Amino acid sequence: MLDVFIFATLNGLVTGLLLFMLASGLTLIFSMMGVLNFAHASFYMLGAYFAYSVSLYFGYWTGLIFAPIIVGVLGALVERYGLRRVHQHGHVAELVFTFGLAFLIEEAVQFFWGADTKNYQSPDLLDFPLFTLFGQEFPAYRGFMIGISISIFIGLYYVLTKSRIGIIIQAALTHPHTVSNLGHNVPLIFMCVFGVGSALAGVAGVIAGPVLTTFPGMAVVLGSIVFVIVVIGGLGSLAGAFIASILIGLLQSYAIASDVGMPDLLNLLGLEFDRNHPLTDLWTLTLPQIAPILPFLLLVLVLIFRPTGLMGKREQ
Amino acid sequence: MAILKKSAVWIGYLAALLALPQFFDSVLAVSIFNQMAIAIVFGLSYNMLLGQGGMLSFGHAVYFGLGGFLAVHALLMIEVETVYFSIIWIPLVGGFIGLLAALFIGTFSTHKAGTVFAMISLGIGELLAASSLIFVSFFGGEAGVSGDRTFGPPFFGIEWFQNLEIYYLAVAWVFIATVFMYLFTQTPAGKMANAVRDNPERAEFIGYSARKVRYITFCAAGLFAGVAGGLFALNYEFITEENLNAATSGRVLLSAYIGGLGYFIGPIVGAVILTLMNSLLSNYSDLWMLYLGIMFLLTVMFLPRGFAGFIMMHQLAWVRGKIKSLLVPYLLTGIPSLLFLISVVGLIELSHTDEAELYYFGLSFNSTAAMDFILIAIVALGSLLSIRRSLPQLRAAWEAANEIPESVDEESTS
Amino acid sequence: MRTSRFIRHIFLSFLLVFSSNIYAQEPVRLAFLDPLTGAFASIGNSGLKQLEFAADYFYNSKGGILGGRMIEIVPLDNKQSPTESQLQFRRAVSEGIQYIFQGNGSAVANALNDAINRHNRRNPGQEVMQVNYSAVDPILTEDNCSFWHFRWDAHANMKLNVLTDYIAADQDIESVYIIGQDYSFGQVVSDTSIELLQQKRPDIEIAGNEFHPIGQVKDFTPYVTKIVASGADAVITGNYGADMVSLARSIIDNGLDIPIYTFYAAYDGITATLGEDGKNRIRLIHNEVSNPYPTEERKEFVRAFKAANPNNDVTQPRITNALRMIVTAMEETQSTDPYDVGLALEDMRFTTLSGDEIWMRGEDHQVIQTLHISVHTDEGVEFDADNSGFGLYTEFSAPIEDSMVPVNNCRMRRPSR
Repeated sequence: MLDVFIFATLNGLVTGLLLFMLASGLTLIFSMMGVLNFAHASFYMLGAYFAYSVSLYFGYWTGLIFAPIIVGVLGALVERYGLRRVHQHGHVAELVFTFGLAFLIEEAVQFFWGADTKNYQSPDLLDFPLFTLFGQEFPAYRGFMIGISISIFIGLYYVLTKSRIGIIIQAALTHPHTVSNLGHNVPLIFMCVFGVGSALAGVAGVIAGPVLTTFPGMAVVLGSIVFVIVVIGGLGSLAGAFIASILIGLLQSYAIASDVGMPDLLNLLGLEFDRNHPLTDLWTLTLPQIAPILPFLLLVLVLIFRPTGLMGKREQ
Repeated sequence: MAILKKSAVWIGYLAALLALPQFFDSVLAVSIFNQMAIAIVFGLSYNMLLGQGGMLSFGHAVYFGLGGFLAVHALLMIEVETVYFSIIWIPLVGGFIGLLAALFIGTFSTHKAGTVFAMISLGIGELLAASSLIFVSFFGGEAGVSGDRTFGPPFFGIEWFQNLEIYYLAVAWVFIATVFMYLFTQTPAGKMANAVRDNPERAEFIGYSARKVRYITFCAAGLFAGVAGGLFALNYEFITEENLNAATSGRVLLSAYIGGLGYFIGPIVGAVILTLMNSLLSNYSDLWMLYLGIMFLLTVMFLPRGFAGFIMMHQLAWVRGKIKSLLVPYLLTGIPSLLFLISVVGLIELSHTDEAELYYFGLSFNSTAAMDFILIAIVALGSLLSIRRSLPQLRAAWEAANEIPESVDEESTS
Repeated sequence: MRTSRFIRHIFLSFLLVFSSNIYAQEPVRLAFLDPLTGAFASIGNSGLKQLEFAADYFYNSKGGILGGRMIEIVPLDNKQSPTESQLQFRRAVSEGIQYIFQGNGSAVANALNDAINRHNRRNPGQEVMQVNYSAVDPILTEDNCSFWHFRWDAHANMKLNVLTDYIAADQDIESVYIIGQDYSFGQVVSDTSIELLQQKRPDIEIAGNEFHPIGQVKDFTPYVTKIVASGADAVITGNYGADMVSLARSIIDNGLDIPIYTFYAAYDGITATLGEDGKNRIRLIHNEVSNPYPTEERKEFVRAFKAANPNNDVTQPRITNALRMIVTAMEETQSTDPYDVGLALEDMRFTTLSGDEIWMRGEDHQVIQTLHISVHTDEGVEFDADNSGFGLYTEFSAPIEDSMVPVNNCRMRRPSR
C-alpha cells in the first residue's frame, strides 16, 4: 500500500508540475490581457512537434532549446497580428478568436505532421532508472521533468519579483496607462509576455512529448484541464495556479491509485442492489473510473461557491 | 404596411423551406436539408444565449443532447406502447427536457456572465459528456441509444418511413421555433436581455435583476436547443454521446459566429454555410476542417459580425441608393481575391496530395515538379498585388457611399 | 487528393454518357465508409488504399468482373462518428450504392447496422449490404445479427478464446492485469477474458481489472504503478490508437518487463513508435498469419502493394478476403443484388492468399478462420510495418476448430422474396 502511495504522490507531482508550466503562462496572459487563451495548450502541442522535428536532425537537447523559441516567436506573432486586432471587438471576440486558433492549430498540425502518433523519444542520456523502490523504477527522465519545472518556477518568480523588467511587467498589468506615460512601450511588453507565456507552454510540450506521446489530440486532452486549474487557482494568480496544479495532479493520481467506489460505500452502509437496478451504473461507479472528470466537478463547485477561485482577487 | 412587409418575409421564409425539396429531391439533398433544419433551430437558440444575452457558452450541446436522448427514449416508449402519441410531438419532449435542464443549471450558472459563465458551461459540458459514457443504461455508452420513428399512430396516413416526410415535419417545427424565438426578441424580456448584455449595471439601476433576465434567456435557449435535439432524434432515430460533447458545442459556436451574432438571421446563414461545408466540401478535400478553421479565424478578425453583419453593412448604401457605385470596386477586388483564394488552396492541396497528379479546376498539376508550385505561387502573388492596388479604391468608394463617418450603426441588432 | 478523384469521377461519367456504346457497362460501385479525416484518418486511409489496390490488382487490371464491369471504390468519410456515418450512408443510398465496407469502431458499426436494417425494411428492392471487415463487437453477429450484415474479422470472443488458450498454456503466468478503455469493446475484453481464464486456469489470479475513459488519460504512469504493485505477470488490453501507444510506452518507460497482450498494437505508426522498446514484449491476436508468410502468392501481392504505396502496409488482409468473396458470389449468381449475393455468401468456403480455407458461417454471417498470435520484433521479419524494420512474427496459430465459438443468441430473420 505504501509503495502505491509514494508512487502516486510522485506521479501526481510530475503531472501537477507539468500542468503548472502551462498554467503559469496562461494565468500571466490572463492578468495582462483579461482573456483566457484557449489556444494555450495548442502551443504546448506545437512545442512537442517542433522539438520532435528538430530532434530528428540535431538530437533532443537542441530541440529543448530551439522548439520553445520557435513557439515563443509564433505566440508573439499571434498576439501582434491576431489578438491585438480582435481586441477592439471585446473580450468575447478575443475568447472566440483563441478558440478558433486552437481549432486551426490542431488541423494545421495534422496537415504538416499527419494524424498518427510520432515516435518522439526521450534522450538516451536519461534512459535509466533514477531509483528503485519496492521493486518499482522511477525513470530519470521524470526526475528531469520535475527539475526543469521547479527551476522554471523559481526563475519566473525571481524575474517577476526581483528584476527591473519584472517590476515593469507587474506595473503594466495593473496600471498600463501610467507605465506607458513613463515612456515604456506597453504593447511591446504585452507582446513579449504573450510570447514568453507561449514559450513556457512550448517547454512543457518538449519535455512532456516523449512521455505523454506526441499526437494531434494532445492539446485537447490537456487544454481544458489547464483552464480548470487557472480558474480554480483564481484568475491571474500565479500562486493560486501553482496550488491548483499540484492539487489536481495529486487528486487525479490518488483517485486512479485508489480502489474504492460506490460498491464499498454501499457495503459500508449495509445496502445492496441487484445488477438489474435502473441506476446500476451509479451503484457500480468506482473512483478510478471517474478520476478524469474530477477536475471539472471541482471547477463547477469552485465557481458556484467561490467564483474568484482559491487565490483570485478580481471578479470578472 | 409594416406588418404586411414583415409577414411577407415570414411567408417567403416558409415558402423557401417548403419549396427546397421540389428543386433538389435526392436522398442526399433531403438529408442535407434535414441537417440544416436542425442546425437552424440549434443555432438560433445559441444566438439567443450569446447574441442576445451576452452569455458565451462552451456547453450548449448539453441541452441539445439531453433533449435528443429523452426524445429517443420517448420513441422507444412509443415502440413498446408505454405511452401513445404521434411522433410529431417528439420535439416538444426534447424541448421540455432542455428547459428542465436549463431551469436547474441556470440557477447557479447565470449569476455572472462573461468568463465565469463560460467556464461553468465548459465544466458542465465536460462533466455531462464524461458521465454519458459512464451511465450506460440511459446514454447507451459510445454506441448511444437508437429508436424507430415508424411506431405510434400514423399522422393523417403518414407513417414517417421516408426522410422527406420528416423534412416537412421539421419545416413545421423550424418555422414555429423561428417565429417564437423572433417574438421573444420583441418581448420586454428579450429587450432587457440586450440591455443586460450591453450594460448589466444600468439594467440593474432601472430595476431589473440582471440575473433574472439572464436566467429567463438561458431557459428559453435551453428549451429551443432541446427542440432541436428532438428533431435530431426524429431524423436520425438515434443519438450518441458525441451529440452532447464539447465538439458539438464548439460547432454551434462556430456556425453562429460565422453567420453573424446579434443578427436574427445570422445563425440561419451560419447553419446553412456550415452544413453545406460539412456535407459537400468534406467530399472533395480531406483538408476541409483546415479551411473551416482558417475561415473561422478570418471571420473573427475581419468580419466580427459575421456574414449577416457583412450584408447588413450595406444597408445604409442601399437605402441611399449608392449600392451601384460599389459594384465595380467590389469586382476589382473580388476577382483577384477569388483568384488568390483558389491559388492558395491549390498550393495547399498540391503539397498535401500523395498522388503524382492533381486535377484542380480542370487543370492537371504534377505534385513532384517544383515548376507547378512556382506557377501557382506566381498566380497567388500576382493576385495579392492586384488586391493591394485595388483595395484603396474600394475603401474610397465605400466611404463615398456611406458619407456619414460612423457608417453603419454598429449596435443595431436583430 | 480526393479532388482529383472527384474530377476523374465526373470525367468518367461524361465518358460513360457520351460513349455508351464503347463502355457499355457501368462499374460496380462499392462504398468504403471509414474515417478519412481526423484522429483516426491514418487507419481509414490505409484501409481505403488496400481496398482500392485489391480491386485493381485482382479484377480491374484483368478486365473487370461480370463480363467486363470495373469495380469502383467510392470513399465516404465518416470521421469516426455514428452521426456522420448515417449521413454518408444516405449519400451512398442516394448514389445507388448497395455495398458498404466499414470496419473502424463498433459504435459506428452498430449505428450503421441499425440504419441499414431500417433502410432495407422501408425500401424493399434497394437493399444495402454491410461489409464489416473489422468491427469486432460480438453483438453484431449475436443478438443484433442481420441478414444484411457480414463480418470478415473474428469477433472479440473468438479472439479472446484463442488468446486465453495461449495464456493458459504459459505456466509462467500466474496473474494477469486487465486494463481497457471504458466502452463496450473494453468491457467485452474484460468480462470474457476473466470468464475464460477462470474456466481454463482457475489458479490464475486476476490482479486487476481497470477501465479508463477513452482518449482522456494524459499519463498512464499512475495505472502502471498499480500494475506493478499488483505483481501481475501479464497485461491484457483492448486499447487502440493513442491510448494503446501511451499505455505501452508507460509500461516500457517505467521498467515493467512483462508481456502485453493486445488487439491493435501494430501498423499505422504504432509499430514505428514502439520500435526497439516493444521488442518481444507486445503480442497481438489477429487473423491471417504474419511473418513468415506461407505462400508466394501473398508475398507477391504485398510486394506489389508496397510498390504502389511505399508508405502503407497491408494491415488488414481481411479487406481483400471480403472483396474477393463478394466478387465470387457476384460471379456465381451473375448479379449485384445484395439479396442474391448474400445468399451465395452464406456458407461459402474460400481459400485466402495465405492458403487458409475460411468459412462464412450461414447461421450468423461470421467468418470462421484460423487465428494467430504474433510478437512485435525485428527478427525473422521479412515484411516489416511502417518501414521501421520491426513487424509481427507469428508464434502461435489456432486452427479453425479452436477459434470457432458457437452461435448463442442469433435469431436471424431472412427476408422473403
